[in-house]
Amino acid sequence: MKPYGVPDIVTLRAICGEQQVLTAEEDLIAYSFDGTAALRKRPAAVVFPTDTQQVSELVKYAAQNRVPLVTRGSGTGLSGGSLPTDNCVVVCLVKMNRILEVDTRNLTLTAEAGVLTQSIADAAGKEGLFYPPDPGSMKISTIGGNVAENSGGLRGLKYGVTRDYVMGMEVVLPDGSIAWLGGKCVKDVAGYSLRDLFIGSEGTLGIVTKVMLKLLPAPKARKTLLAMFPDMESAAETVSAIIAARIIPCTLEFLDQRTVQCVEDYAHIGLPVTAAAILLMETDGHPVVVNEEATAMAAIARDHGSTEVRIAADHNESLQLAAARRTAFSALARIKPTTILEDATVPRSELAKMVSFINEVAKRYNLEIATFGHMGDGNLHPTFLTDERNEEEMHRVEHAMEEIFAKALELGGTITGEHGVGVAKKSFLSKQFDTASMRLLREVRATLDPTGILNPGKICD
Amino acid sequence: MNNRNADTHSLHLKGLDYSVLQQCMHCGMCLPTCPTYVETKLERNSPRGRIALMRAIADDEMKLTKAFGEEMYYCLGCLACTTACPAGVDYAHLFEMARADVEEQGVLQRPERNFWRWLSLEVIFTRPRLLRILGRMLYVYQASGAQSLVRKLRLTAVLPKSLRELEPRAPAVRKRFSNQLIDPVEKSTPTRYRVGLLTGCVQDILLSEVNRDTVDCLLANGCEVITPSVQSCCGSLHAHNGDLELAKRMARTLLDAFDIEKLDAVITNAAGCGSHLKHYDRLLADDPVYAERAWQWSRKLKDIHEWLVSIQFRAPSASVQPENRRVTYHEACHLSHGQKITRQPRQLLQSIPGLDWIELPESTWCCGSAGVYNITQPEQAQKLLERKLDHIGPTQAAVVATANPGCHLQVEFGLRQRGWDVKVMHPISLLAEAYRNESQHSRLT
Repeated sequence: MKPYGVPDIVTLRAICGEQQVLTAEEDLIAYSFDGTAALRKRPAAVVFPTDTQQVSELVKYAAQNRVPLVTRGSGTGLSGGSLPTDNCVVVCLVKMNRILEVDTRNLTLTAEAGVLTQSIADAAGKEGLFYPPDPGSMKISTIGGNVAENSGGLRGLKYGVTRDYVMGMEVVLPDGSIAWLGGKCVKDVAGYSLRDLFIGSEGTLGIVTKVMLKLLPAPKARKTLLAMFPDMESAAETVSAIIAARIIPCTLEFLDQRTVQCVEDYAHIGLPVTAAAILLMETDGHPVVVNEEATAMAAIARDHGSTEVRIAADHNESLQLAAARRTAFSALARIKPTTILEDATVPRSELAKMVSFINEVAKRYNLEIATFGHMGDGNLHPTFLTDERNEEEMHRVEHAMEEIFAKALELGGTITGEHGVGVAKKSFLSKQFDTASMRLLREVRATLDPTGILNPGKICD
Repeated sequence: MNNRNADTHSLHLKGLDYSVLQQCMHCGMCLPTCPTYVETKLERNSPRGRIALMRAIADDEMKLTKAFGEEMYYCLGCLACTTACPAGVDYAHLFEMARADVEEQGVLQRPERNFWRWLSLEVIFTRPRLLRILGRMLYVYQASGAQSLVRKLRLTAVLPKSLRELEPRAPAVRKRFSNQLIDPVEKSTPTRYRVGLLTGCVQDILLSEVNRDTVDCLLANGCEVITPSVQSCCGSLHAHNGDLELAKRMARTLLDAFDIEKLDAVITNAAGCGSHLKHYDRLLADDPVYAERAWQWSRKLKDIHEWLVSIQFRAPSASVQPENRRVTYHEACHLSHGQKITRQPRQLLQSIPGLDWIELPESTWCCGSAGVYNITQPEQAQKLLERKLDHIGPTQAAVVATANPGCHLQVEFGLRQRGWDVKVMHPISLLAEAYRNESQHSRLT
């Protein structure tokens, strides 16, 4: 195959317009990273297409000249999925940000890829409807990015993840052609479920330009509880016990003491900083069921060693708690210069084992690891608090990380629950996938993108 | 001449503890709260983009360019990002260091800019008496009818374009300045506290009644108030505009005007000043003579709202004038973001009986005043002002309360432009009015 080409700026300007192409050093530096720690690379140019046609022409040009394209939204990804590659053009979709339709008869919402997740939630809310996926960065993340990474959030336990809400999409294929996949039908078995191929494809198979989302009626009531625990294991056991008791609350979030201290330091909302671990639990739905479930969860927490269970006084306090929880990752950056977040995930029955193992690894490698996460999904976020300038310590971080991933796989888990593989977890993927799966992955990619122009070097080579 | 100080090793950004720059883990939480990013959707116009550029300069990956300089002045310095930042990045400090580097490297130097900077920063705002003389002249010009004559005859056409555009913005100078309204020592009985009062530079001549109202509120709450009759500018204007040396000089002069040992607190009523005044300890940390006093100063420096709430202020028993009762509150950036004071002004205002309180949507979004931003970046400033006014309109408030002279004048100008009959008042002025009405037995109607 011919080597990657260097983008021609004049052509990019002809396609997107003079003002929508950036090449100044000050811009390239500002687009040389996403939300992932310690990864930086300057692109050759940044372009802002304003409609699908422009995206299509960009891709055609790139395919003909083998110019690498890296698609991004707000750049909040946590696996380096939108990190630029050598001589690439960053295709930034934030200016394609119109909500095209809210269909209250079919309960769908159609939007361009650059619309913020928060705007989608707000637009649905205005109609008394509900878009459940709520990744931590939802205030600024784009829906296109959410689809590309198949983002999760705090409500995954009951409501699932982004994939469960994508009914259709418009996608520009690696040859520049434009395809519409899916639609408003709840049932639709015509052909392969092609849209599913693009959800979580991390910008390697196509560029999603429009998304059609499923909405739900907004739950009538919700109740938020905060339970304090003397150790992390009893919090983990509480989660397993709640699931075993046939209760599926919408949120079961876990934060260890270090994380609670950092979040409280930022948010000042009176979180209990002395407990070794806390669980943030939320149930929503019919008021009667909500009350019943809240009472049952509080009892289970107490039975498993919770020292105190608090109930949020009102909706505002619930929102405040959830908002504070969403800042956990960033708040942990208060402690050390570099904050490396992982998202090893295990079946829920194995949570207590995984939590103990992370603590043990931290001790063995003499590292500081704060852990929080979506415990109800088995999705943990062990977070290394370290310093990228300390080579020796970074070496220990790598080894500890390897062990944590290995353990997650041993327990039947995955190396990434919701952040994607990107570049950060690329080297671990072959440990999770068997040979046939790896081959299938590569074959699918090579079939769709034979010249390898879309997000090269991500997920796998 | 473009390299007044070209030795790159002297860059403030490089001298910073690297962890301050590294604190930003580029999560993007700041983006939706940044007025310039929301306007352009370009990373370089966002806090994390700007920090990335600062870091690139500190790491020798990029030269300090003119474009970088322009970016640092496109930033409003509203500090909304610091409220949004869970990681606790000290953007205010980074921003001041970056602007100081921009000025010391001289990348933005132009004869006209140099002249205005010299005139304002070095001449006028270092000399409080000169400022008062200029204020007096402007007052005479406005009060004598000369201003309206000039406007009618369109004589402003002879002014340079930049001044011609500013002329209609010129706010009304007050007849009497702070020293004519406030005695150097005013006592209350009984006296619980002894506090110093900062009268400011702009506030002193353009909004001197706010200073009088502040004294009245302090007296009503058992504070003896010491107000030096001549006070220099606090230096926030200098620090925010990249002149740290002058900022230090102004800080020392102001420290000399107060006997900090003998005061329980030093009170400021201007948000922009307060946000700077509280950092004298850091500004003068290396000063062998002033460091200790600056440290004490920073601990005793209180915003008026913060102070009154902390000493459990007395709620007034009377209301404000009937025409001032429907009130909304615009939060000055350097009060809400710079000092994290959001609860106290509301608490004071809501203590006034009979007040019809309406929350302003987006109350913490910058109004575009941002120090001298409305002069240096008029276009973006106007957009922010329009956005603010669009939120004020539906509240149907009779009074917009705000606690910073810059915001006060900016919002007042905007309201005048739209021809709306809405007043701008400092929250303390409303509180003072309520206290005054107690003695006049003008109870709730």
